[in-house]
Amino acid sequence: MNYKKKGTQTIIFSEPIKISSAASVTGPKEGKGPVAKEFDVVLSDEYAGADSWEKAESLIVEKTIKIVCEKASLTKDKIDFALAGDLLNQEIGSAFGYRESEIPFIGLFGACSTFGEAIGLGSCLVDGRFAENIIASASSHFCAAERQFRFPLELGSQRPPTSTWTVTGAGAVVLSKNTKGSGAFVTGATFGKIIDLGVKDANNMGAAMAPAAADTVLAFLRDTKTDPQTFDKIITGDLGYLGGELFLDILSKEGINISNYTDCGIEIFDKKTQDTHCGGSGCGCSATVFCARFYPKLVSGEIEKVLFVPTGALMSATSSQQGETIPSIAHLVVVEHRR
Amino acid sequence: MNHITVTSNEFLKMVEKSSPKSNIFTNCLKAFFSGGLICGAAEIYFYFLENHLTISKEQAGLLVSATLIVIAAILTGMGIYSKLGKFCGAGTIVPITGFANSMASPAVEFKKEGFILGVGAKMFAVAGPVIVYGVLTSAIVGIIYFIGSKL
Repeated sequence: MNYKKKGTQTIIFSEPIKISSAASVTGPKEGKGPVAKEFDVVLSDEYAGADSWEKAESLIVEKTIKIVCEKASLTKDKIDFALAGDLLNQEIGSAFGYRESEIPFIGLFGACSTFGEAIGLGSCLVDGRFAENIIASASSHFCAAERQFRFPLELGSQRPPTSTWTVTGAGAVVLSKNTKGSGAFVTGATFGKIIDLGVKDANNMGAAMAPAAADTVLAFLRDTKTDPQTFDKIITGDLGYLGGELFLDILSKEGINISNYTDCGIEIFDKKTQDTHCGGSGCGCSATVFCARFYPKLVSGEIEKVLFVPTGALMSATSSQQGETIPSIAHLVVVEHRR
Repeated sequence: MNHITVTSNEFLKMVEKSSPKSNIFTNCLKAFFSGGLICGAAEIYFYFLENHLTISKEQAGLLVSATLIVIAAILTGMGIYSKLGKFCGAGTIVPITGFANSMASPAVEFKKEGFILGVGAKMFAVAGPVIVYGVLTSAIVGIIYFIGSKL
Protein backbone atom coordinates (compact mmCIF):
# COMPACT_ATOMS: atom_id res chain seq x y z
CA MET A 1 0.00 0.00 0.00
CA ASN A 2 1.41 3.31 -1.07
CA TYR A 3 0.58 5.81 1.66
CA LYS A 4 0.22 9.47 0.81
CA LYS A 5 1.73 10.56 4.08
CA LYS A 6 5.28 11.88 3.82
CA GLY A 7 7.62 12.23 6.76
CA THR A 8 6.14 13.03 10.16
CA GLN A 9 2.88 14.81 9.40
CA THR A 10 2.56 15.85 5.77
CA ILE A 11 0.19 14.57 3.10
CA ILE A 12 0.90 14.93 -0.60
CA PHE A 13 -2.26 14.38 -2.64
CA SER A 14 -2.07 11.94 -5.51
CA GLU A 15 -3.84 14.44 -7.74
CA PRO A 16 -4.09 18.19 -7.18
CA ILE A 17 -7.45 19.19 -5.69
CA LYS A 18 -9.04 22.11 -7.48
CA ILE A 19 -10.33 25.08 -5.55
CA SER A 20 -13.30 25.74 -7.84
CA SER A 21 -14.39 28.92 -6.13
CA ALA A 22 -13.87 31.10 -3.11
CA ALA A 23 -16.11 33.64 -1.40
CA SER A 24 -15.82 36.11 1.44
CA VAL A 25 -18.30 38.24 3.35
CA THR A 26 -17.12 40.70 5.99
CA GLY A 27 -18.26 43.34 8.43
CA PRO A 28 -17.96 47.11 7.96
CA LYS A 29 -14.61 47.57 9.71
CA GLU A 30 -12.94 45.05 7.39
CA GLY A 31 -14.64 46.93 4.55
CA LYS A 32 -12.62 50.03 5.45
CA GLY A 33 -9.30 48.18 5.45
CA PRO A 34 -6.72 47.53 2.73
CA VAL A 35 -8.50 44.39 1.42
CA ALA A 36 -11.92 46.11 1.24
CA LYS A 37 -12.36 46.07 -2.53
CA GLU A 38 -11.49 42.39 -2.83
CA PHE A 39 -14.23 40.97 -0.58
CA ASP A 40 -17.39 39.71 -2.29
CA VAL A 41 -19.73 41.41 0.14
CA VAL A 42 -19.06 44.01 2.83
CA LEU A 43 -21.93 44.41 5.26
CA SER A 44 -22.99 47.89 6.28
CA ASP A 45 -23.40 47.03 9.96
CA GLU A 46 -22.29 44.38 12.46
CA TYR A 47 -25.82 43.02 12.93
CA ALA A 48 -26.19 42.02 9.26
CA GLY A 49 -29.94 42.46 9.66
CA ALA A 50 -30.15 40.03 12.59
CA ASP A 51 -31.02 40.96 16.15
CA SER A 52 -27.95 39.46 17.83
CA TRP A 53 -24.29 39.18 16.94
CA GLU A 54 -24.36 35.40 17.06
CA LYS A 55 -27.25 35.34 14.59
CA ALA A 56 -25.36 37.87 12.48
CA GLU A 57 -22.39 35.51 12.26
CA SER A 58 -24.66 32.69 11.10
CA LEU A 59 -26.23 34.94 8.47
CA ILE A 60 -22.75 35.82 7.23
CA VAL A 61 -21.95 32.09 6.96
CA GLU A 62 -25.20 31.45 5.10
CA LYS A 63 -24.49 34.28 2.66
CA THR A 64 -20.93 33.07 2.07
CA ILE A 65 -21.89 29.48 1.25
CA LYS A 66 -24.57 30.72 -1.10
CA ILE A 67 -22.06 32.87 -2.99
CA VAL A 68 -19.36 30.19 -3.08
CA CYS A 69 -21.82 27.68 -4.63
CA GLU A 70 -22.98 30.23 -7.20
CA LYS A 71 -19.42 31.05 -8.16
CA ALA A 72 -18.63 27.36 -8.65
CA SER A 73 -21.86 26.99 -10.67
CA LEU A 74 -22.96 24.23 -8.35
CA THR A 75 -26.32 23.75 -6.72
CA LYS A 76 -26.25 22.78 -3.04
CA ASP A 77 -27.24 19.19 -3.77
CA LYS A 78 -23.99 18.79 -5.71
CA ILE A 79 -21.98 19.50 -2.54
CA ASP A 80 -21.17 16.21 -0.80
CA PHE A 81 -20.00 17.53 2.54
CA ALA A 82 -19.34 20.80 4.29
CA LEU A 83 -16.44 21.13 6.71
CA ALA A 84 -16.80 24.21 8.83
CA GLY A 85 -16.02 25.80 12.16
CA ASP A 86 -15.90 29.02 14.16
CA LEU A 87 -15.06 30.41 17.58
CA LEU A 88 -18.40 30.47 19.32
CA ASN A 89 -19.27 27.93 22.01
CA GLN A 90 -20.51 24.67 20.47
CA GLU A 91 -19.85 26.24 17.05
CA ILE A 92 -23.21 27.87 16.75
CA GLY A 93 -21.87 30.27 14.13
CA SER A 94 -21.44 27.45 11.61
CA ALA A 95 -24.19 25.12 12.83
CA PHE A 96 -26.88 27.79 12.56
CA GLY A 97 -25.35 29.10 9.35
CA TYR A 98 -25.65 25.68 7.68
CA ARG A 99 -28.98 24.82 9.33
CA GLU A 100 -31.08 25.51 6.23
CA SER A 101 -28.47 24.35 3.72
CA GLU A 102 -29.29 20.60 3.63
CA ILE A 103 -25.58 19.94 3.04
CA PRO A 104 -24.13 17.05 5.10
CA PHE A 105 -22.23 18.92 7.79
CA ILE A 106 -18.95 18.10 9.51
CA GLY A 107 -18.19 20.56 12.31
CA LEU A 108 -14.53 21.22 13.02
CA PHE A 109 -12.74 23.03 15.78
CA GLY A 110 -9.22 24.33 15.39
CA ALA A 111 -9.86 27.81 16.77
CA CYS A 112 -8.49 30.28 14.20
CA SER A 113 -6.69 27.47 12.32
CA THR A 114 -10.07 25.97 11.34
CA PHE A 115 -9.91 27.13 7.73
CA GLY A 116 -6.60 25.33 7.17
CA GLU A 117 -7.93 22.24 8.92
CA ALA A 118 -11.06 22.30 6.75
CA ILE A 119 -9.16 22.71 3.46
CA GLY A 120 -6.67 20.00 4.44
CA LEU A 121 -9.30 17.47 5.51
CA GLY A 122 -11.60 18.39 2.63
CA SER A 123 -8.80 17.78 0.16
CA CYS A 124 -8.17 14.38 1.79
CA LEU A 125 -11.83 13.46 1.30
CA VAL A 126 -11.75 14.52 -2.34
CA ASP A 127 -8.40 12.86 -3.00
CA GLY A 128 -9.64 9.63 -1.42
CA ARG A 129 -12.66 9.72 -3.73
CA PHE A 130 -15.04 9.99 -0.81
CA ALA A 131 -16.48 13.15 -2.26
CA GLU A 132 -16.57 15.14 -5.47
CA ASN A 133 -17.29 18.60 -4.14
CA ILE A 134 -16.67 19.90 -0.66
CA ILE A 135 -17.20 23.25 1.00
CA ALA A 136 -14.59 24.31 3.53
CA SER A 137 -15.50 27.39 5.53
CA ALA A 138 -14.70 29.31 8.69
CA SER A 139 -16.13 32.39 10.35
CA SER A 140 -15.81 34.75 13.29
CA HIS A 141 -17.52 37.87 14.59
CA PHE A 142 -15.76 40.58 16.58
CA CYS A 143 -18.64 41.45 18.88
CA ALA A 144 -19.71 37.85 19.53
CA ALA A 145 -16.12 36.80 20.24
CA GLU A 146 -15.44 39.77 22.52
CA ARG A 147 -18.33 38.98 24.77
CA GLN A 148 -17.52 35.29 24.89
CA PHE A 149 -13.80 35.66 25.54
CA ARG A 150 -13.34 39.11 27.05
CA PHE A 151 -15.48 41.96 28.32
CA PRO A 152 -18.71 43.64 27.23
CA LEU A 153 -18.09 45.95 24.27
CA GLU A 154 -19.28 49.08 26.04
CA LEU A 155 -16.93 48.59 28.99
CA GLY A 156 -14.61 51.57 29.03
CA SER A 157 -11.33 49.68 29.19
CA GLN A 158 -8.12 49.92 27.18
CA ARG A 159 -6.90 47.16 24.87
CA PRO A 160 -3.29 46.18 25.47
CA PRO A 161 -0.86 46.95 22.61
CA THR A 162 -0.25 43.21 22.04
CA SER A 163 -3.94 42.48 21.43
CA THR A 164 -5.44 41.70 18.05
CA TRP A 165 -8.84 42.50 16.57
CA THR A 166 -11.20 39.59 15.79
CA VAL A 167 -12.33 39.80 12.18
CA THR A 168 -16.05 39.86 11.46
CA GLY A 169 -16.50 37.71 8.40
CA ALA A 170 -16.60 34.32 6.80
CA GLY A 171 -14.66 32.72 4.00
CA ALA A 172 -15.47 29.56 2.06
CA VAL A 173 -13.97 27.55 -0.77
CA VAL A 174 -15.31 24.71 -2.90
CA LEU A 175 -12.82 21.86 -3.30
CA SER A 176 -13.44 19.70 -6.32
CA LYS A 177 -12.27 16.52 -7.98
CA ASN A 178 -11.45 18.29 -11.19
CA THR A 179 -7.96 18.19 -12.58
CA LYS A 180 -8.94 19.78 -15.87
CA GLY A 181 -8.39 23.41 -16.66
CA SER A 182 -6.21 26.00 -15.04
CA GLY A 183 -6.70 27.51 -11.62
CA ALA A 184 -5.70 27.17 -8.00
CA PHE A 185 -5.04 23.68 -6.67
CA VAL A 186 -4.32 22.21 -3.25
CA THR A 187 -1.38 19.84 -3.60
CA GLY A 188 -0.43 19.06 -0.02
CA ALA A 189 -1.23 19.58 3.64
CA THR A 190 0.58 19.40 6.95
CA PHE A 191 -1.50 18.94 10.08
CA GLY A 192 0.16 20.61 13.04
CA LYS A 193 0.95 19.44 16.52
CA ILE A 194 -0.29 21.22 19.61
CA ILE A 195 2.59 23.42 20.76
CA ASP A 196 2.62 25.28 24.06
CA LEU A 197 5.68 27.28 25.03
CA GLY A 198 4.05 28.77 28.09
CA VAL A 199 2.49 32.05 26.97
CA LYS A 200 -0.43 32.79 29.32
CA ASP A 201 -1.58 36.19 28.19
CA ALA A 202 -4.88 35.86 26.29
CA ASN A 203 -4.20 39.37 25.00
CA ASN A 204 -1.06 38.19 23.27
CA MET A 205 -2.25 35.34 21.08
CA GLY A 206 0.14 36.16 18.27
CA ALA A 207 3.02 35.25 20.58
CA ALA A 208 1.23 32.13 21.81
CA MET A 209 0.65 30.85 18.26
CA ALA A 210 3.96 31.78 16.63
CA PRO A 211 5.79 28.60 17.80
CA ALA A 212 2.98 26.40 16.45
CA ALA A 213 3.19 28.07 13.04
CA ALA A 214 6.97 27.73 12.99
CA ASP A 215 6.77 24.07 13.99
CA THR A 216 4.25 23.20 11.26
CA VAL A 217 6.20 25.06 8.57
CA LEU A 218 9.41 23.38 9.69
CA ALA A 219 7.69 19.98 9.66
CA PHE A 220 6.50 20.58 6.10
CA LEU A 221 9.91 21.73 4.86
CA ARG A 222 11.60 18.70 6.42
CA ASP A 223 8.92 16.19 5.40
CA THR A 224 9.09 17.29 1.78
CA LYS A 225 12.73 18.45 1.74
CA THR A 226 11.68 21.74 0.20
CA ASP A 227 13.41 25.10 0.19
CA PRO A 228 11.12 27.90 1.46
CA GLN A 229 12.32 30.11 -1.40
CA THR A 230 10.43 27.94 -3.88
CA PHE A 231 7.22 29.55 -2.63
CA ASP A 232 6.07 32.97 -3.77
CA LYS A 233 4.52 33.58 -0.41
CA ILE A 234 4.32 31.99 3.00
CA ILE A 235 1.09 33.23 4.54
CA THR A 236 0.21 32.66 8.20
CA GLY A 237 -3.33 33.06 9.51
CA ASP A 238 -3.50 35.58 12.30
CA LEU A 239 -0.15 35.96 14.03
CA GLY A 240 -0.26 39.73 13.53
CA TYR A 241 2.76 42.01 13.75
CA LEU A 242 4.26 40.63 16.95
CA GLY A 243 3.50 36.97 16.26
CA GLY A 244 4.82 37.30 12.73
CA GLU A 245 8.09 38.72 13.99
CA LEU A 246 8.43 35.91 16.54
CA PHE A 247 7.59 33.30 13.88
CA LEU A 248 10.43 34.57 11.69
CA ASP A 249 12.78 34.71 14.71
CA ILE A 250 12.09 31.10 15.68
CA LEU A 251 12.63 29.88 12.12
CA SER A 252 15.85 31.85 11.72
CA LYS A 253 17.14 30.16 14.89
CA GLU A 254 16.53 26.89 13.02
CA GLY A 255 18.56 28.21 10.11
CA ILE A 256 15.59 29.04 7.93
CA ASN A 257 15.26 32.55 6.64
CA ILE A 258 12.02 33.56 5.01
CA SER A 259 11.85 36.68 2.89
CA ASN A 260 8.49 36.12 1.23
CA TYR A 261 6.39 36.20 4.38
CA THR A 262 3.04 37.78 5.13
CA ASP A 263 0.21 37.29 7.60
CA CYS A 264 -3.54 37.67 6.98
CA GLY A 265 -3.83 39.59 10.28
CA ILE A 266 -1.33 42.11 8.94
CA GLU A 267 -3.02 42.35 5.52
CA ILE A 268 -6.60 42.91 6.62
CA PHE A 269 -6.38 46.11 8.71
CA ASP A 270 -4.50 49.36 8.39
CA LYS A 271 -2.39 49.58 11.53
CA LYS A 272 -2.19 53.37 11.49
CA THR A 273 -5.81 54.30 10.92
CA GLN A 274 -7.84 51.34 12.20
CA ASP A 275 -6.57 51.09 15.78
CA THR A 276 -6.25 47.32 15.68
CA HIS A 277 -2.92 47.18 17.54
CA CYS A 278 -1.17 43.92 16.51
CA GLY A 279 -3.51 43.19 13.56
CA GLY A 280 -6.51 41.00 12.78
CA SER A 281 -7.36 37.59 14.22
CA GLY A 282 -10.15 35.02 14.36
CA CYS A 283 -11.21 32.18 12.07
CA GLY A 284 -12.60 34.74 9.66
CA CYS A 285 -9.27 36.52 9.33
CA SER A 286 -7.35 33.87 7.39
CA ALA A 287 -10.52 32.67 5.63
CA THR A 288 -11.60 36.04 4.24
CA VAL A 289 -8.11 37.25 3.34
CA PHE A 290 -7.18 34.01 1.59
CA CYS A 291 -10.43 33.94 -0.39
CA ALA A 292 -10.39 37.63 -1.29
CA ARG A 293 -6.73 38.48 -1.72
CA PHE A 294 -4.71 35.36 -2.48
CA TYR A 295 -7.12 32.96 -4.20
CA PRO A 296 -7.79 35.22 -7.23
CA LYS A 297 -4.03 35.73 -7.70
CA LEU A 298 -3.45 31.98 -7.52
CA VAL A 299 -6.13 31.45 -10.15
CA SER A 300 -4.71 34.05 -12.51
CA GLY A 301 -1.15 32.91 -11.96
CA GLU A 302 0.02 36.23 -10.55
CA ILE A 303 1.18 34.09 -7.62
CA GLU A 304 2.36 30.58 -8.50
CA LYS A 305 2.77 28.75 -5.24
CA VAL A 306 2.01 29.51 -1.60
CA LEU A 307 2.10 27.95 1.81
CA PHE A 308 -1.06 28.95 3.63
CA VAL A 309 -0.80 28.36 7.38
CA PRO A 310 -3.85 29.32 9.50
CA THR A 311 -2.98 29.43 13.20
CA GLY A 312 -5.17 28.77 16.23
CA ALA A 313 -5.01 29.36 19.98
CA LEU A 314 -6.75 26.42 21.63
CA MET A 315 -7.73 28.05 24.89
CA SER A 316 -11.11 28.95 26.34
CA ALA A 317 -12.23 31.66 28.73
CA THR A 318 -12.35 28.97 31.43
CA SER A 319 -8.82 27.68 30.86
CA SER A 320 -7.48 31.24 30.92
CA GLN A 321 -9.28 32.00 34.19
CA GLN A 322 -7.81 28.83 35.69
CA GLY A 323 -4.33 30.14 34.89
CA GLU A 324 -3.55 27.70 32.10
CA THR A 325 -1.07 28.52 29.36
CA ILE A 326 -2.27 28.73 25.74
CA PRO A 327 -1.81 25.59 23.61
CA SER A 328 -1.64 26.48 19.95
CA ILE A 329 -1.83 24.81 16.58
CA ALA A 330 -1.21 25.57 12.92
CA HIS A 331 -2.33 23.64 9.86
CA LEU A 332 -0.64 24.15 6.52
CA VAL A 333 -1.91 23.71 2.97
CA VAL A 334 0.08 24.08 -0.23
CA VAL A 335 -1.83 25.93 -2.92
CA GLU A 336 -0.45 26.19 -6.45
CA HIS A 337 -1.45 27.75 -9.72
CA ARG A 338 -1.74 25.22 -12.56
CA ARG A 339 -2.10 26.01 -16.23
CA MET B 1 9.37 15.81 19.70
CA ASN B 2 8.75 19.30 18.39
CA HIS B 3 10.50 20.34 15.23
CA ILE B 4 11.41 23.72 16.66
CA THR B 5 14.17 23.59 19.27
CA VAL B 6 13.53 26.89 21.07
CA THR B 7 12.74 26.21 24.74
CA SER B 8 9.89 27.73 26.71
CA ASN B 9 12.27 29.93 28.74
CA GLU B 10 14.08 31.23 25.69
CA PHE B 11 10.83 31.90 23.92
CA LEU B 12 9.19 33.73 26.84
CA LYS B 13 12.27 35.99 26.93
CA MET B 14 11.87 36.65 23.19
CA VAL B 15 8.20 37.51 23.74
CA GLU B 16 9.02 39.83 26.63
CA LYS B 17 11.65 41.59 24.53
CA SER B 18 9.51 42.02 21.41
CA SER B 19 6.11 42.83 22.94
CA PRO B 20 5.11 46.46 22.53
CA LYS B 21 4.51 48.05 25.94
CA SER B 22 1.75 50.40 27.01
CA ASN B 23 3.06 53.92 27.41
CA ILE B 24 2.71 54.22 31.18
CA PHE B 25 3.72 57.87 31.33
CA THR B 26 1.14 59.17 28.81
CA ASN B 27 -1.49 56.82 30.21
CA CYS B 28 -0.90 58.19 33.72
CA LEU B 29 -1.00 61.75 32.42
CA LYS B 30 -4.29 61.17 30.57
CA ALA B 31 -5.78 59.39 33.59
CA PHE B 32 -4.65 62.15 35.95
CA PHE B 33 -6.18 64.96 33.93
CA SER B 34 -9.38 63.22 32.79
CA GLY B 35 -10.01 61.77 36.26
CA GLY B 36 -9.22 65.17 37.77
CA LEU B 37 -11.61 66.83 35.35
CA ILE B 38 -14.47 64.51 36.34
CA CYS B 39 -13.81 64.96 40.05
CA GLY B 40 -13.30 68.72 39.65
CA ALA B 41 -16.61 69.08 37.81
CA ALA B 42 -18.31 66.98 40.49
CA GLU B 43 -16.82 69.23 43.16
CA ILE B 44 -18.18 72.35 41.47
CA TYR B 45 -21.59 70.70 41.18
CA PHE B 46 -21.40 69.76 44.86
CA TYR B 47 -20.53 73.34 45.79
CA PHE B 48 -23.45 74.61 43.70
CA LEU B 49 -25.90 72.19 45.35
CA GLU B 50 -24.71 73.01 48.84
CA ASN B 51 -24.44 76.78 48.57
CA HIS B 52 -27.02 77.78 45.99
CA LEU B 53 -29.75 75.21 46.52
CA THR B 54 -28.99 74.94 50.26
CA ILE B 55 -28.99 71.17 50.27
CA SER B 56 -27.33 69.52 53.27
CA LYS B 57 -23.76 68.36 52.79
CA GLU B 58 -24.73 64.70 53.12
CA GLN B 59 -27.57 64.86 50.63
CA ALA B 60 -25.55 66.95 48.18
CA GLY B 61 -22.86 64.25 48.23
CA LEU B 62 -25.40 61.57 47.42
CA LEU B 63 -26.88 63.69 44.65
CA VAL B 64 -23.46 64.21 43.08
CA SER B 65 -22.77 60.44 43.09
CA ALA B 66 -26.19 59.69 41.65
CA THR B 67 -25.75 62.28 38.91
CA LEU B 68 -22.36 60.89 37.89
CA ILE B 69 -23.81 57.37 37.80
CA VAL B 70 -26.73 58.46 35.61
CA ILE B 71 -24.46 60.33 33.20
CA ALA B 72 -22.06 57.36 32.94
CA ALA B 73 -24.93 54.91 32.38
CA ILE B 74 -26.46 57.08 29.66
CA LEU B 75 -23.09 57.53 27.94
CA THR B 76 -22.58 53.74 28.12
CA GLY B 77 -25.96 53.13 26.50
CA MET B 78 -25.11 55.60 23.76
CA GLY B 79 -21.81 53.87 23.06
CA ILE B 80 -19.77 56.94 23.99
CA TYR B 81 -18.34 55.77 27.31
CA SER B 82 -16.20 53.01 25.79
CA LYS B 83 -14.55 55.60 23.54
CA LEU B 84 -13.91 57.90 26.50
CA GLY B 85 -12.61 54.95 28.51
CA LYS B 86 -10.22 54.00 25.75
CA PHE B 87 -8.65 57.44 25.89
CA CYS B 88 -8.86 58.19 29.61
CA GLY B 89 -8.04 54.72 30.99
CA ALA B 90 -7.96 54.80 34.78
CA GLY B 91 -9.26 58.39 34.62
CA THR B 92 -12.75 57.11 33.89
CA ILE B 93 -12.44 53.82 35.80
CA VAL B 94 -11.46 55.11 39.23
CA PRO B 95 -14.29 57.64 39.80
CA ILE B 96 -17.78 56.26 40.44
CA THR B 97 -18.43 56.61 36.68
CA GLY B 98 -16.26 53.50 36.14
CA PHE B 99 -18.42 51.52 38.50
CA ALA B 100 -21.58 52.67 36.75
CA ASN B 101 -20.10 51.71 33.39
CA SER B 102 -19.12 48.28 34.64
CA MET B 103 -22.75 47.67 35.63
CA ALA B 104 -24.40 49.24 32.59
CA SER B 105 -22.18 47.70 29.91
CA PRO B 106 -22.98 44.01 30.68
CA ALA B 107 -26.63 44.99 31.11
CA VAL B 108 -26.66 46.40 27.57
CA GLU B 109 -24.61 43.51 26.21
CA PHE B 110 -26.68 40.65 27.63
CA LYS B 111 -30.14 42.09 26.94
CA LYS B 112 -30.55 39.50 24.18
CA GLU B 113 -30.45 36.68 26.77
CA GLY B 114 -33.55 38.16 28.43
CA PHE B 115 -34.14 40.17 31.58
CA ILE B 116 -33.63 37.32 34.08
CA LEU B 117 -30.70 35.27 32.80
CA GLY B 118 -29.27 38.10 30.71
CA VAL B 119 -29.53 41.57 32.24
CA GLY B 120 -30.27 40.40 35.79
CA ALA B 121 -27.65 37.70 36.04
CA LYS B 122 -24.86 39.25 34.00
CA MET B 123 -25.13 42.81 35.30
CA PHE B 124 -22.70 42.01 38.09
CA ALA B 125 -20.25 40.10 35.90
CA VAL B 126 -17.67 42.88 36.02
CA ALA B 127 -18.74 44.84 39.13
CA GLY B 128 -19.58 41.79 41.26
CA PRO B 129 -16.07 41.29 42.67
CA VAL B 130 -15.85 45.00 43.50
CA ILE B 131 -19.04 44.76 45.53
CA VAL B 132 -18.08 41.49 47.25
CA TYR B 133 -14.63 42.61 48.28
CA GLY B 134 -15.77 46.17 48.98
CA VAL B 135 -18.37 44.90 51.47
CA LEU B 136 -15.91 42.40 52.96
CA THR B 137 -13.20 45.04 53.42
CA SER B 138 -15.60 47.54 54.97
CA ALA B 139 -16.85 44.84 57.37
CA ILE B 140 -13.29 44.02 58.44
CA VAL B 141 -12.43 47.69 58.85
CA GLY B 142 -15.65 48.13 60.83
CA ILE B 143 -14.71 45.32 63.22
CA ILE B 144 -11.21 46.73 63.69
CA TYR B 145 -12.68 50.17 64.32
CA PHE B 146 -15.20 48.71 66.78
CA ILE B 147 -12.50 46.84 68.73
CA GLY B 148 -10.22 49.89 68.63
CA SER B 149 -12.92 52.18 69.97
CA LYS B 150 -13.59 49.84 72.93
CA LEU B 151 -9.96 49.72 74.00
